[in-house]
Order: sequence, then C-alpha cells, then structure tokens
Amino acid sequence: MTDWTLFEVFVRSKHGLNHKHVGSVHAADAAMALENARELYTRRSEGVSLWVVPSALITASSPDEKEPLFDPSDDKVYRHATFYELPKDVGHM
Amino acid sequence: MKQNQALFEYLLRLGDSNMILGQRLCEWIGQAPALEEEMALGNLALDLIGQARSWLEYAARVEDAGHSADELAFTRDERAYRNLLLVEQANGNFADTLARQYLFDQYHYHLLGALSSSTDAQVAAIAAKGLKEVTYHLRRSSAWIKRLGDGTAESHAKMQQAIDEIWTYSGEMFIADEVDRVLAAAGIGADLDPLQRLWEADVQALLAEATLTCPPLEQYMQRGSKQGLHTEQLGFLLAEMQFLPRAYPGASW
Amino acid sequence: MYAQLVDTGVKRLKTLEEMSPQERDFQQKIDAEIKIEPKNWMPEGYRRTLIRQISQHAHSEIVGMLPEKNWLTRAPNFKRKLQLLAKIQDEGGHGLYLYSAMETLGADREEEIAKLHSGEVKYSSIFNYPTLNWADMGTVGWLVDGAAIVNQVVLQRTSYAPYSRAMIRICKEESFHQRQGYQILLHLMQHGNEAQKAMVQDSINRFWWPALMMFGPHDSDSPNSAQSMAWKIKRMSNDDLRQRFIDQTVPQLELLGCTAPDPALKWNAERGHYDFGEIDWSEFYDVVKGNGPCNRDRLRTRRRAIEEGSWVREAASAYAAKQQQNNAAA
Repeated sequence: MTDWTLFEVFVRSKHGLNHKHVGSVHAADAAMALENARELYTRRSEGVSLWVVPSALITASSPDEKEPLFDPSDDKVYRHATFYELPKDVGHM
Repeated sequence: MKQNQALFEYLLRLGDSNMILGQRLCEWIGQAPALEEEMALGNLALDLIGQARSWLEYAARVEDAGHSADELAFTRDERAYRNLLLVEQANGNFADTLARQYLFDQYHYHLLGALSSSTDAQVAAIAAKGLKEVTYHLRRSSAWIKRLGDGTAESHAKMQQAIDEIWTYSGEMFIADEVDRVLAAAGIGADLDPLQRLWEADVQALLAEATLTCPPLEQYMQRGSKQGLHTEQLGFLLAEMQFLPRAYPGASW
Repeated sequence: MYAQLVDTGVKRLKTLEEMSPQERDFQQKIDAEIKIEPKNWMPEGYRRTLIRQISQHAHSEIVGMLPEKNWLTRAPNFKRKLQLLAKIQDEGGHGLYLYSAMETLGADREEEIAKLHSGEVKYSSIFNYPTLNWADMGTVGWLVDGAAIVNQVVLQRTSYAPYSRAMIRICKEESFHQRQGYQILLHLMQHGNEAQKAMVQDSINRFWWPALMMFGPHDSDSPNSAQSMAWKIKRMSNDDLRQRFIDQTVPQLELLGCTAPDPALKWNAERGHYDFGEIDWSEFYDVVKGNGPCNRDRLRTRRRAIEEGSWVREAASAYAAKQQQNNAAA
C-alpha cells in the first residue's frame, strides 16, 4: 500500500498575523494536503490562509544545542527598550 | 400555472436535491477511504443539508400552509419529493459516489451562479451564499475525478464504469417543464439551455483531462423526478430518514 | 478513559538515585512542570507508553464516530441532524489531531491503525455498546462525552507538549458536545410524550454503568498508574476522576427528572461526595476482551473502510507521482 506523505500545517488566523503551526495531515500531494488541512483545521473559521510543508523538509534545531544557540542572547539586555532609562521630561519615546 | 405555485415547486426541487444528496453522504461517515476524507465528506454533507434547510424554509413560507421546513423534509412521501434522480442513486464505491458528486457539483455551480442574479431577492441571497460552498465542492470533486481517472489502471476502470453507469441520470436536470419556463420568464429561475451548454463543455473537458471517455450527450436520459416519479432507491432512503417523525407523529425532538 | 489500560511496562518506580543522569534530568524537568517537546531526550518507556496512550485515545475518537453514525441518517429534524453531523465530524478531527501528536513521537499512523484492526491495541470499552434509540444520541453526548471531558480537561496539563496542545484544542471544540447531548435529553423530558420520556430513562439505564467504567479499573487494580502519574502522562487517578464525574453528573440527572440504575447512589455529607455502588468489573473485562455487543461490528466496519479504500489511496499516490514527473519534464 502506497503511503501518503506527512505534511505540517500552518494557519494564519487573521490578516496581519503570522502563520502558526497547528498540526499535520496526510496527503498524496501538496494540493490535496491543502484541502485536507482546510477540512481539518479551519472548521470553525480559524483561518484566512494556509501553508503546508512536507514534514521531512523541516530542519529543526536540536534541544542539545539550546544553550549555545539561545542562552547567549539572555544577557544582551541592551537590545530591549526598557534597558534605556531616560528622564521623564523626554516624554514618550 | 400561478407564479407562487411554480416557485414553491422550484424551491422543493432545490431543497430536496440538496437534502437527498446530503443524506447519501451521511451514509459514508465512519467508512471513508481515508480519515482525511471523513472530514471532507462531513463538511460537504453539512453544507448541502444546510442549503436544503434554507431552500425548504423559504418553500414553507411561499407555500403558506402552516408547514415547517422540518415537516417538508421529514414527512413528505416519495411521490411528493422533487429531488433529481441523480442524487438518490446509491453510494456504490468511492468512484460511484464521486461521479454522482461531480456531475451534480458542476450543475449546481452553474445553477447557483445563475440564481445569484434572480429577481427574487431571497432566491438570490440563498444562491449567493451557497455558491461559495459549491465552488469549493466542485474544486474537490473535480480533483478526485482526475486522481481516480488518471491514477492506477484499477481506479481508471472503476471511474469510467461509474461515469458510464450514472450517466443516464445526468440529463434530467436540463429537461425544462412548465415550472422552469414560468420562473425563467419571470427572471426568478434559471434558463436551463445555456446552463446545459456550460455543463456539457465543462464535463467533457474535465473527463478528457482525467483520461476518461465522456459518454454520448445524446444518450437516452431517465426522467420523472419533476413529477415525483423516482427510482426504487428513494423509498428506502426516506423510510430511514423519516423514521422518527413517522413513528411518533406530532412529537417534538 | 479513552485509554483505559495503558501498559507502561513498569511495575515499580525508580528512585532518582537509581536513574541514569539523562533519566534524572528528564524526571526533574517533569517534576518542574517543564513540557517535553518531540526532539527532547526521553526514556524509551515514556515514548512507548505515550504512543500507546495517544493511539488508544485517537482510535477511540475514530471508532466513537460509529455508534452516533448509527442514528445520523435517522436524526429527526434539520437542527438535530446538523448538530449530530458536526459532532461526529469533530470526533474524526480529534482523532486526527491525536494521531498527529502521536506521529511526533516517531510512530506511524498506518502501523498503529493496523494494530487496532488486529486487536492488539484497544479503544474505549464504551463504544462497544449499541445505540438503540434516539435518546442514546443525547446520552452519549451527555454521559460519554461528559466522562471524556472530565479526563481530557486534566490531560491538558499532560507532560508531553504536542499531546497537551491537542488536548487544549480538543477541549475547546468539545465544549458544545456535552451540551448538545444534554439538550436532546432535556427537550425530550420537557416537551416529549410518554414514549419519548421512556426512551430517555431506558437510555440512561443502559449507559450509566458503561460510562462509569470508562475511567478504568480501581486504582488498586491499576499497576501501571504510578509510572504514568510520575511521568505526568496521567494527572489524576481513575477513582478520583470517576468520583469527580459522578459528583457533577448527579445534579444534572436530577434536573432531567430521571434516575440512575444504582440503588446505592446517594449524597454522603460527611465525605462531601456521592456514594455509589460497585461496578460489575467482570462485564468491563469481558468487553475489553472483545465480548461486548458491538466489538466485532465496530472493528469490521473500520477494517473494511481502510481495506476498501486502499485502491483510492493508491490512485491518489499514483496520480501525484505522475504529476510530479510531468512537472519535472516540463
């Protein structure tokens, strides 16, 4: 029996928002994956746009690399606006 | 024929075809060829039964005899039912169901397109809302006809056989009677001649793309539903669908 | 529950000292309520148990469509037909969400479904009971979905993140299911004739005990529970969940004006809970073993759907391959 491909599904819930991962579907091809995703993940008007991507094509970071990848940004407080204290007189900036 | 009486008949035809096809699709639930297909068939049936309700609610108002849409759907007997013979045909295998669905969707799409500009505001509104749903139905069933027609040798043979067998029920939708003529003249109903030409061109093109042979357009077509003359299939379907209201007359559910 | 007897393969919990450093690190994460994502290291037993539990849960959703489908084509009016169809379809969707979560663990959906069809993996015992009258559509929504919801609400906090996310989505969507069922019954009791009211009581009589069995054996007879609790795959014990369900259901039963087929059922002010009679566990194990009224029918239906659909799925794959070739050639 020929296996269908596993596709990951991303839904944009409203105009202006990012697509967000919601789950997966099986389908013979991308066109069918879009239809299957529509039937499964937008039954309650959850979406205005869909992406489907073959699961095998996704490259994910490894949890083992969490520290070298993400911890270095923890101490870069100067990237956040709240780091910069200004006198009240400056007003909103 | 009075226009109102014609409109009532016309609305029954629209409502009944949706209802009966929706009922047939319900029979698939739990038994679709893939789990993803369960979802698709469910959405399709929800759309069709929802449209049936809209048409029959309007029919009940036009009839003005104190019937509800529920009574029209769940207590009318076979001879009073006005759905196309096409939609009452049994599900068969998935190719049979898809052949029935595609031939209906292609007609339904053009029909609702025409009715969206009906001079009857209510007809136009229901049609416009339904057209969005049916545009998607047509897209899906067309895709499946191509997949099965141009898939494996086995699926091709099954799809061809399904088209050949259901074909004789496809012509009835374009055989106009007095109801059609009265309403088309008033701009309320659809003119069936241009609809038929659109349908034939689309069906021929799609079947060709699906590597299937289109049966002859001039083949003899079964007819009768507009007078309530059905195939033997409908009686059993109604016996099941109407069981509760008939077994417990007047009961509220 | 929807996964009643999940074997963890572990009869005794390891202490932190007995664990390997990886295991200890894992367990400490769980203890700190840090969710496990698919790519995190996990003990093989955790993975295996989760696959088993999530697949049983998913199978239950899919098989659970069948008893309701039994009345779908006989639903008495537009409103009930549309509601029931939407509910059954949701169950299919929930099965798919769960299979999707299961596949993040490296399990294959078709292989797991093959295990269901061979009888190796079970689904909830409740779906082996027949639906014999229209009121059963109400009772299934009220008692069966109600029991499932009690469990699923707790499972939203389960330690495996994709499972937890699926549960959150499912709980949100299922909120209408129980109301839909209860409303069917309430309507029959308030506006129905004597025959319709009798249907309701008959239906409750048949589904009451099987619904209580959904929570699985007593804690004392659940050797796998301790490990599942330690892994936070399970978050409340069978007996606690069952008690919670009964406590919230009895007032609803009284509001219907119906009774439960349990003479021992009564409020215990001292405990602050309802007391209830002993479940017939021999019936439970019989049904789990395959001797329920509908076990054979349910599996036959599911097997046939997948077998008879194989030519359809193959055709879709063949068509997709042809299209890809044509695109490459063009």
